[in-house]
Amino acid sequence: MTTASAPAVPLQGTHQVTHTGVSAAGLAEKISIRNLEFFYGDARALKGIDLSLYANKTTAFIGPSGCGKSTLLRILNRMYDLYPGQRATGQVMFDGDNLLDAGVDINLLRARVGMVFQKPTPFPMSIYENIAFGIRLYERLPKSEIDGRVETALRRAALWEEVKDKLNTSGLGLSGGQQQRLCIARTVAVKPEVILFDEPCSALDPISTARIEELIDELKKDYTIVIVTHNMQQAARVSDFTAFMYLGELIEFGVTEKIFTTPGDKRTQAYITGRFG
Amino acid sequence: MANDHILKRFDEELERLNATINEMGGLTESQLAKSLTAVRERDTAIAEEVIADDARVDALDVAVQEQTVKLLALRQPMAIDLRVILSSIKIAAALERIADYAKNTAKRSIVLSQGAAPASAVSGIDRLGRLVRAALKDVLDAFADDDVVKARDVWDRDEEIDQVYTGLFRELLTYMMEDPRTITSCTHLLFMAKNIERAGDHVTNIAELVSFRSTGQNFAETRRKGSGALYSTDATP
Amino acid sequence: MAEARNNVLYASRRLRNTVATSLAYAATAFGLGWLVLILGVLLVNGVGGLSLDVFTQNTPPPGSAGGLLNAIMGSIVMTLLAVVIGTPIGVLAGTYMAEYGRHDKLSMVVRFINDILLSAPSIVIGLFVYEIMVAPMGHFSGYAGAVSLAVIVIPVVVRTTEDMLKLVPDTLREAAASIGLPRSLMIRNIAYRAARAGIVTGILLAIARVSGETAPLLFTALNNQFFSMNMNAPMPSLPVVIFQFALSPYEEWQKLAWTGALLITVTVLALSIIARSLTARKQ
Repeated sequence: MTTASAPAVPLQGTHQVTHTGVSAAGLAEKISIRNLEFFYGDARALKGIDLSLYANKTTAFIGPSGCGKSTLLRILNRMYDLYPGQRATGQVMFDGDNLLDAGVDINLLRARVGMVFQKPTPFPMSIYENIAFGIRLYERLPKSEIDGRVETALRRAALWEEVKDKLNTSGLGLSGGQQQRLCIARTVAVKPEVILFDEPCSALDPISTARIEELIDELKKDYTIVIVTHNMQQAARVSDFTAFMYLGELIEFGVTEKIFTTPGDKRTQAYITGRFG
Repeated sequence: MANDHILKRFDEELERLNATINEMGGLTESQLAKSLTAVRERDTAIAEEVIADDARVDALDVAVQEQTVKLLALRQPMAIDLRVILSSIKIAAALERIADYAKNTAKRSIVLSQGAAPASAVSGIDRLGRLVRAALKDVLDAFADDDVVKARDVWDRDEEIDQVYTGLFRELLTYMMEDPRTITSCTHLLFMAKNIERAGDHVTNIAELVSFRSTGQNFAETRRKGSGALYSTDATP
Repeated sequence: MAEARNNVLYASRRLRNTVATSLAYAATAFGLGWLVLILGVLLVNGVGGLSLDVFTQNTPPPGSAGGLLNAIMGSIVMTLLAVVIGTPIGVLAGTYMAEYGRHDKLSMVVRFINDILLSAPSIVIGLFVYEIMVAPMGHFSGYAGAVSLAVIVIPVVVRTTEDMLKLVPDTLREAAASIGLPRSLMIRNIAYRAARAGIVTGILLAIARVSGETAPLLFTALNNQFFSMNMNAPMPSLPVVIFQFALSPYEEWQKLAWTGALLITVTVLALSIIARSLTARKQ
């Protein structure tokens, strides 16, 4: 286990987070989480999270059910704001601003930090409209340009060839894997900087899953990716960095290769080898 | 492979593994050739090179190990991918042993060149070495081309190598019995011959791994050993 | 020995199953039978009076032949106005309860009152509108009739709008939020579009409900023997005409009453079928 030589991480509280194999060389911090706490009503779901998400890299959150990985993900685009009684304290620095501040324009934030969900949810519109809709929200473009942007987004999501002849049919008529890629295209069309994936493949078959993992590999070149998955093998295949969480705490964070071959913390090893519980 | 993986990076990583093995094979082949030259020409400079370069072969073996551990941990390989990765570990180990034998042969050649040695025995070593070297080249080609037929052919030639070794063994015994002054040099030659013969065995192992890698099967019959006569309890001829 | 016991158990279960199933079928037949009977009686008595005159002639004086034109037109006009008044109120209220204030106190109160209104006796609604519109205005009017019908339309639309919007999965709302869609736009473009069929069904059902309401109209629009498009005066309507003609001793009037009843029933049936097919197609 090598300790971090990453930028100084002020560690709060008594628990020590194991940083495995991370060196700051050649890495830029895209999102910097410091002392994040999250509450469902009075219940504390996340305890003192300190974490760095690096630009143009894929970071995976893994851990057993209820460890808080989805909760953590949904803080990054303030999705919890939709529900009363949920609140977060601490700092989540994104481009110099704490995105937890009250003054932040949430809709603009969500356009910069996109999200793909577990269940594919295309809008009840045509395939073309699904994507054009988001574009029109923020930009006033002539139809020809929107056509181009729709095609680009569908190509990015590796869906163009399959739907280019039926752009005006309903998005709900596609298969599960195609719907999920449509959702990815929709997210990519508004030109975010970060894309969050919340267990994007759990509703899909292995081939569709592999296609989407390959897609994530490609998307990494232009976006920062964060993925929550309960499938450890997927985290192993897809991510550059892995964060292991348990009971609302961050236990270990490090380079994926090291985490899955020589993890630093015993609990990480227990989870990965299936000795948990 | 007929189809590419959907995850392109997986294919790239497997390619890299193959390339490392190919590099290691090429280096081992050259080590073997150079060690035989050192014996034949009594060239200590070349022998020193061989000894020094063995570290490079060891480094490649470590690289293969690291790559395969990473592939096993991160990719959960199945079927042919699993066989490819497992066989790579064993092939690297076999190549590393062959290179070690080449190094040992080179070391002994330095000692040998300080004295006299029966010319016919030395040329016998050379003949044995050339057979093994040819087998190694062929098996590396079979590996690169995924050619199980070629690998089988190499596997069959082990018998010939063993027979040449047996003949050389008897020849050296004869020299030692006739002229006790040749005992030192002939003993060195004996060890060298044994090393080269063991290297030949490892080449045969690689041939089997090429078959396993491609088909999941080893070669069915047990290998016919041509050294049976050596281990008989008859009085030496 | 165990096998024999099991067979007895199994046989008794089979018997009970047969009895229960038969009772269920019998009850269904009983209920459906009455429905068929009603429709049958309506058809038998009403179809005879169906002719072009019914749609082109106004209600006749006693003893002569005529049609139901003014009553039909009056019903249509008042129903339309009721829908125009009631639908926006109902949809917006339902939207608030489903989108903005799903768990807050106000929604709970409104929901409770709405459920009461849903099953409020229509005659009470009629009396209420009489007090607030007819009495101050000094005369019956089509406006008052439309308002009383609107008061019946609103709870139905509120209920179906809220229910249909609640059926839209939250994941869809989150997906809309995740590309930065503000809430109002999300409701307009996503939630409404997803619940569209259901909301339209609600409106159609409200129309069906309202087309047969007689009691409120008795106190608000009264009736008119002649063709009138003046909303500020008593307005003819099909249910009230049926009420009047059916109780009369004149044969022509009674025939027209049967025909009118048949027309209303067929309209309600058609609207319900359309509403049902709309939601079925969505699946």
